[in-house]
Amino acid sequence: MRDSVRFSRRSVLGLAAAASAGAVLAGCSGDEGGSGSSKKIRWWHIANTDPMMSEWAKMARQFEATHPGVKFEITPLENEAFKTKLTTVVQAGDPPDIFHTWGGGVLAQQADAGMVKDISAEIGTWRDTLIPNALDAYTIEGKTYASAVDTGMVGFWYNKELFERAGVSEPPASWADYLEAVRKLKATSVTPIALAGKEKWPGHYYWAYLAMRIGGLEALRQAAVDKDFNKPDFVAAGARLAELVALQPFQTGYLAAGYATADGQAATVGNGKAAMELMGQWAPMVQRDNSAGKKGLGDRLGFFAFPAVDGGKGKITDVFGGGGGYAVGKDAPPEAVEFLKFIAQPENARIEAKTAGVLPVVKAAGDAVTDPNLKLVGDTLSRSTGFQLYLDQAYAPAVGQQVNDSVAELLAGKSSPEQVVKAVSTAAKQG
Amino acid sequence: MLTDERRPAPAPPQPPAGPVPRRRRPWATVALFLSPALVLFAVLVLAPIAIAAYGSFFDWNGFGAPSNFVGLENFRRLLTDEVFAGDLRRALLLVVLSLGIQLPFSLALAMLLNQPLRGRRAYRMLFFTPYVLSEVVTAVLFTMIFSPNQGLANHITKLIGLGDLGATWLADPDTVMYSLFLVISWKYFGFHTILYLAGRQGIPQELHDAAAIDGAGPWQAFRRITLPLLGPTIRISVFLSILGTIQLFDMVWVLTGGGPIRSSETLAVTMFQEGFKRYHVGYASAISMAIFLISLTFGLLYQRFVLRRDLEGAITTIGDQR
Repeated sequence: MRDSVRFSRRSVLGLAAAASAGAVLAGCSGDEGGSGSSKKIRWWHIANTDPMMSEWAKMARQFEATHPGVKFEITPLENEAFKTKLTTVVQAGDPPDIFHTWGGGVLAQQADAGMVKDISAEIGTWRDTLIPNALDAYTIEGKTYASAVDTGMVGFWYNKELFERAGVSEPPASWADYLEAVRKLKATSVTPIALAGKEKWPGHYYWAYLAMRIGGLEALRQAAVDKDFNKPDFVAAGARLAELVALQPFQTGYLAAGYATADGQAATVGNGKAAMELMGQWAPMVQRDNSAGKKGLGDRLGFFAFPAVDGGKGKITDVFGGGGGYAVGKDAPPEAVEFLKFIAQPENARIEAKTAGVLPVVKAAGDAVTDPNLKLVGDTLSRSTGFQLYLDQAYAPAVGQQVNDSVAELLAGKSSPEQVVKAVSTAAKQG
Repeated sequence: MLTDERRPAPAPPQPPAGPVPRRRRPWATVALFLSPALVLFAVLVLAPIAIAAYGSFFDWNGFGAPSNFVGLENFRRLLTDEVFAGDLRRALLLVVLSLGIQLPFSLALAMLLNQPLRGRRAYRMLFFTPYVLSEVVTAVLFTMIFSPNQGLANHITKLIGLGDLGATWLADPDTVMYSLFLVISWKYFGFHTILYLAGRQGIPQELHDAAAIDGAGPWQAFRRITLPLLGPTIRISVFLSILGTIQLFDMVWVLTGGGPIRSSETLAVTMFQEGFKRYHVGYASAISMAIFLISLTFGLLYQRFVLRRDLEGAITTIGDQR
């Protein structure tokens, strides 16, 4: 291991140097952007595959054509790579001018450090064109730091054919029915659930939803404020999840499985090797892209909301999930905000909804959603009685990561429900 | 001669003008040629170390300048951190496995490749190929090979009748370290083999001839001649192997991300998790300082006590040639 590792360690250490160098460069580019006649807009997004990647580029070209002097520099990045890279440049004080955000605790820290612009005033000019609550995840203490571009929620995406064959005719509406469905699926020697254990975030959806159904939304919010998750309801959430784990519902080797990989969670469902997955609105697209022949399940794919838990304080209509938005970096030229307004125009929002298969936040673009499953997600969202952002985004990064890590241990059978809430509380107190 | 004597005596050299530039010129040259390297070294090596050391005394999320000074708190936390203790245990396991299995295997292979063998050159090239690949490429490759449901590794275990051994390569906390060791060995055995082969070829054939005449068998010749004379090479290869293990990052990060449930996490992975996933940059700096100090201490002690003879040898050789 030898030479190349020494080199790579040096580069890890060198990150600090790169960071300081970055800060110097940031100073330079900031000055140029402010006073020069050419306004460069650096845009980082995570639509790193076609067709959406080209559509965004096309919109940027259109904007350049009508705004002389504006020049885009677009960096499309893969999800996880984006998070890491963004952390580095933001910590170095040089955020991109427009960048993807999921809102919540991460955005709050960036806002706290003065790395993103408060765009409440500017966004007022198109706020009314968006669906209600679209900006909630990006609004911190009354100030809006990002514009929403799409929305969605997490739920079960299931293979209708496999459910029918196992004798499950109705999607389960209660946790007891759900466990029964898993048992029936197992009895027909079908893998009930695909899970990407390597990536941790898909696993935290289960605990989060159970905590919402049992403890209610307010309890999750209050726990973050009090820095105390050691509550009976959250322990119960872990215990319910342990019941599911005890049924061994996941595919072989799930602890090392990725999400969007050739043999990962999405591919396993997309290839009909597992009956369902708990995933966000993007699931059908990722299943299609990673399945054999890039076909996915097509008409066999269905969607149902996370079941209710008997005696729980939460409603089955409370939704968990989130969408994507664009934040504006501190040194961005005013045209960056202009551009966010530009892509929020109905015709552009329609293009995004059609191309990327996402649920638009622009009311007028709602008619662009034609996929029946996505329509169902949209309807469920519009009838929702409460909303919780992904816990690993809603909470401060250290707390969110601890939720992911602890739930992963629970899913591997290496941790008890009590240990989960203790570890998360400790992380919350450490900050 | 005669003309020389008749010529007027030359003016004595002026003391300030003469010797001073003669002494200064080499210094200027040295400074001129050294400064680019020194500047790079300072900016890319010393400065980051200093920054990390400074940051390790703060509770700092990485935004702006660190302000919340906590003294040695990060290091105190490090000493009680189970993950950190686990990292050290795992590093030790990898070192033991490397020294106990990987290096002896490489040595045996080198001895084999030193024999007059048909296609020897092709074998050498083949064995060295994995080393040429980057760690990331290797890790991606093995992610596919170890893939639980479609991977080559499971296909092979099924073919040879080990059926259910499959799928647990990287997915089982108890086996992941051994799978990781397998990948590390696959990538680096060729490098060590080449080192040993080069060392072996530096041993004069006369010694082996003489031993053969004296009636030494192949094992005796290996034990009494080859091994002792390979000493310097082996010591260097052990040194590189241990240092590499302490600093292991890329391969683990791509292959397992440190999982499942931290059972393959290394020091550098923990540092990355804390710094870039949890925004505990101060604590991550403390971890990086720990890695630095462990590597430095090991490096110095090893050079002082194990490599001393080799290093002195090198210096005398240069002296003799002068």
